[in-house]
Amino acid sequence: MLHDLMPILLLFAVSAILGVAILILTNLFGPSRPNPVKLSTYESGKIPIGGPRIRFSIRFYIIAMLFVLFDIELVFFYPWAVVYRQYLSLGSFIFWEMILFIGLLLVGYFYAWKKGALEWE
Amino acid sequence: MIPILFFFFAGLAIASALLMVTHKNPVYCAIFLIITFFALAGLYFLLGAQFLSVVQVIIYAGAIMVLFVFVIMLLNLSEEVRLPAGRRLQSGFGIVFAAILGVQLLVIAAAGTRVFGRLSGDTPVSGTVERLGAALFSTYLYPFEIASVLLLTGIVGAIILGSKKLPKEQ
Repeated sequence: MLHDLMPILLLFAVSAILGVAILILTNLFGPSRPNPVKLSTYESGKIPIGGPRIRFSIRFYIIAMLFVLFDIELVFFYPWAVVYRQYLSLGSFIFWEMILFIGLLLVGYFYAWKKGALEWE
Repeated sequence: MIPILFFFFAGLAIASALLMVTHKNPVYCAIFLIITFFALAGLYFLLGAQFLSVVQVIIYAGAIMVLFVFVIMLLNLSEEVRLPAGRRLQSGFGIVFAAILGVQLLVIAAAGTRVFGRLSGDTPVSGTVERLGAALFSTYLYPFEIASVLLLTGIVGAIILGSKKLPKEQ
């Protein structure tokens, strides 16, 4: 099992080593001549006003929470999609099963919509 | 090879978890927590639970961490503010509860090895997506449907809690 997935591990290992190596090597060999302009935050050419640490609106949090919930819904689609063809030979049950699952979550989606959670007042 | 990988991921998980708890800057804590999640994903992978490992990265390192970072930004935390010294009662309670938690973890781990046997290098079951799908849509069909109700409750709860106006704001 692990042998088949060796390439993936190798990919992760190489990308991790490359990332760390670039950071270390630039620190070792790169010249460091800082001045206030270089050290200021890059904001696409704009002069930054104030710090980045401001309090965010609670609305971001609702969006993030909805994102997590629908993300979990999405996770159930992977195993469903993999076994779909195999189970379809036994009847259309698996199709309606998922329709029910999505339907229940669609209720939540419309609730969020009606309550204005997706709007930016 | 597998023992080396196991100790690498386990060590990474423990080290980054300790750094997460002890680091003062909450944003760095969040990054260390992400590294812990990735290390746990690696451990799941070694146990043969490939799907769980991918989901760990998608849900925990992805979605849950978004929530955590939002909480950090909502609270506008900067450096951790240390509690004034001399809170002996609180420290005492902390040590007692940590000891209780430690004993509980040891008991659970012991029970786990009794039931499932010791962790061996070879993987007895393979948690591929096919197997998970087959189990999910036959044996565990009812819990699967219940999960959608649970998610629906979560959506409604999040909206009700999040859109509640505090008296000050009005």
